[in-house]
Amino acid sequence: MNELSASSRITYRAVMVRPGLARRIRGLSDRMLAWLFITPTIVLLLAINIFPLLWTIYLSFTNYRANRANVPTIWLGADWYQSILTDPDIWAAMQVTAHFVIWTVVIETVLGFGLAYLIDKKFRGHGMWTTIILLPMMLSPAVVGNFWTFLYQPQIGLFNYVVAFFTGRAASSFQMLGDVTLSPWAIVIVDAWMWTPYVMLICLAGLRSIPDYIYEAAEVDRASKWRQFWSITLPMALPFIMLAVLFRGIENFKMFDMVNLLTGGGPGSTTEVASITLKRAAFESWRTGYSSAFAIILFVTVFGLANIYVKALNKVKSR
Amino acid sequence: MTSVTTAHSVVEPSVTTRRFAGSLVVLYAIITMIPLVWIMLTAFKSPDDAISYPPKVMFKPSLEGFCNLFTTRSRQTPEFIRSLGPPQGLCDGIARDRNMVVAGPSNYVPRFVNSLIIAFGSTVLAVALGTLSAYGFSRFRVPLKDDLLFFILSTRMMPPIAVAIPIYLMYRTIGLSDTRLGMILLYTSVNVSLAVWLLKGFIDEIPREYEEAAMIDGYTRFQAFVKVVLPQATTGIAATAIFCLIFAWNEYAFAVLLTSGNAQTAPPFIPIIIGEGGQDWPAVAAGTTLFLVPIVVFTVLLRKHLLRGITFGAVRK
Repeated sequence: MNELSASSRITYRAVMVRPGLARRIRGLSDRMLAWLFITPTIVLLLAINIFPLLWTIYLSFTNYRANRANVPTIWLGADWYQSILTDPDIWAAMQVTAHFVIWTVVIETVLGFGLAYLIDKKFRGHGMWTTIILLPMMLSPAVVGNFWTFLYQPQIGLFNYVVAFFTGRAASSFQMLGDVTLSPWAIVIVDAWMWTPYVMLICLAGLRSIPDYIYEAAEVDRASKWRQFWSITLPMALPFIMLAVLFRGIENFKMFDMVNLLTGGGPGSTTEVASITLKRAAFESWRTGYSSAFAIILFVTVFGLANIYVKALNKVKSR
Repeated sequence: MTSVTTAHSVVEPSVTTRRFAGSLVVLYAIITMIPLVWIMLTAFKSPDDAISYPPKVMFKPSLEGFCNLFTTRSRQTPEFIRSLGPPQGLCDGIARDRNMVVAGPSNYVPRFVNSLIIAFGSTVLAVALGTLSAYGFSRFRVPLKDDLLFFILSTRMMPPIAVAIPIYLMYRTIGLSDTRLGMILLYTSVNVSLAVWLLKGFIDEIPREYEEAAMIDGYTRFQAFVKVVLPQATTGIAATAIFCLIFAWNEYAFAVLLTSGNAQTAPPFIPIIIGEGGQDWPAVAAGTTLFLVPIVVFTVLLRKHLLRGITFGAVRK
């Protein structure tokens, strides 16, 4: 990216110094036009994103409750932050989130990279099969979560039937969504089903960015396929894999819709990921001040990850 | 297909490798499709077939799911039903076999229409704003350009629930709660970041010599943008629009927290389709199927640009 914008800047300067051209631009100057084009977007984002964010920060220092707007607002300072960071329930939710994020990312990366590696062998009809594999990630997570609850039904669900068929256990003997030990895995399975194609697609781009001549040189040097994989394929595809991992990490850290429909955080709070805790505090207990503070903590975390993400993006782009 | 056109080099995978890789991928594709195919089959099952054990692969197709999706029904005594005239339409006939009569249309169609209006409204706005900004960032020297671009991207990284808390309060104050306009503005603000990043990539690829030539011919900068750049960027704009459309179509978190009736879209509605005695699975499956079909079509249309769309334009090939 940097390379590109640097070169374009040079051309731009070249245009600017051509006097005949500058005279021809009637009406708006370029500078005016640039601001005219960019300002509406910035204004919209300030109104719908930044102003609310500042409001959230303010609320996080108060005792405000959205369902009792008439109660006088009291300034509490950093009390909420202190109580959240020492609240065992919050740490339990963070652990659930960590379990979910780590396992989904590991499974999706292994499966996604494996699939990409196989698709890169360019077998007959690989284009069509790739498109079919990509379908789940385009669907609505909420609708996906909803129809997986049907597949997970203990007696009638297809998932239980298939597991029963292969393991010989009775299909009604286990509940994927109602069991304390199984439900964290139930949400991991659905997320992996949905998002493995995403990782696959990015890895595939990474594999295809490796030029053939490197492999040809390795062949000439009689490097084994095994050696080629570890010394060429994996290192060269790594920035792309990192990109996919970071993106999935951020997205799953924020996960709400799919889990809300699959388990709603239950049974008990075994699948209560951070966003669900936040929703319960904000829109069920109406502890607006408290949930604002938690929202800010989550936002800072995501923002930190996003920062790393953008750096990784630029690294990939500069290749 | 490709094997015919590419030259054989030492690094070409052998026929056996290809077949082996192909069969594994096909196996994965088939397994991954089973849940989707199953939900589409369930849409055409009768309620009894849908919840039978073992699950039925062969069944007598029924339109009851679709009827239940589009209508509300009320239970009546057999005597009352016998006193009525002949059933009005297919759905009434199906309902009467279950001692019910059709009471009226369900809320699915209004919710579906809301989804359409909100998705298209926010897409048009986001793409319009995004195209202008992308052109601005691509062609002009903007102070703090990289910071502004990062700011635009970072708004998309916020957890939706965290954004929903102040938006809920703000919309309540200014009267945008549960309105289509409110949802359109909200989705526009989420989508505009994607639109700017994607379109900047597409516009960067259009050689600026075209505009310069046009400007030498007497066009103003703005005319050159409208008459030279926009036609060149059509593919990119279309691809971006589809991505925005899909996001707005699929969105659930904001919709479920900020709308309740008027402006509710399909995703929060489909899961709460309830029949007598729990969820009416064929109706839910029918609603899901109708909701997913446009996405399947768009995915096939978009397949060449998918990679770019999901990485905010970072990976282009």
